[in-house]
Amino acid sequence: MASRARPLSPHLQIYKFHLLMMMSIVHRATGVALCAAAVLLTWGLVAVASGPEAYADFLQFMRSIPGRLIVAGFVLSMVYHSLNGLRHLNWDTGSGLDLKSSYATGWAVVVLTPLLSAALLWLAWT
Amino acid sequence: MSDFRTALKRVRGLGSAREGVGHWWAQRLTAIALLPLSIWFMWLSVSLSGADYMTVRETLASPLQAIPMILYVYALFHHGQLGLQVVIEDYIHQRPVEIGLLILVKFLALVAGLTATIAVLILIFGATNS
Repeated sequence: MASRARPLSPHLQIYKFHLLMMMSIVHRATGVALCAAAVLLTWGLVAVASGPEAYADFLQFMRSIPGRLIVAGFVLSMVYHSLNGLRHLNWDTGSGLDLKSSYATGWAVVVLTPLLSAALLWLAWT
Repeated sequence: MSDFRTALKRVRGLGSAREGVGHWWAQRLTAIALLPLSIWFMWLSVSLSGADYMTVRETLASPLQAIPMILYVYALFHHGQLGLQVVIEDYIHQRPVEIGLLILVKFLALVAGLTATIAVLILIFGATNS
């Protein structure tokens, strides 16, 4: 193990903020949020398996204002993380890594995420 | 020197975490699995959003929905746990805290994932507490 301080990459405040870095940060943030969503899914499944009263409690939470805000956040996270995940899987094949395609697919995700999320929430809530 | 391999031979292909491409590959496999499963899950959530309890129960108990649900839970918690591991490794620099959180995340993912799976199995096999 080297005992001297090793060079670090520049810290966050050194960089100019731009779309691609923001999307990378948001990909991580939505991923962490979706882990919380997975726990909500567990609650929902356990509630259904437990009986009508437990499911009614779950529904009451899902239909409350904080519940709806959380669900909206999870839907946005899921749509974003899935669409942006497609970009990452495509990059893993070695294609689309140039700036022009990265920005094009990036903006596509930025535009599609709120549209698809709004459509899903509208379908679920009306 | 009880090891005749050179340092280069030992580390080649394994990277700094000494585990090769296992983590990376598992993250991609679960990601690919989650794409169709997430679309199915969104469809199911929308279609059950206004349903009464018995409809929800019967739908989730049918193999056609229960099997993708178990696959979804498995892929979701596996993928989430792999992702949280990377986030912890990247941002937590106190080694004991890092190890503690890694253990906690793995255990919680297993407990929550298994709980969700057993809930679906209870629905399939018709056991109920009520």
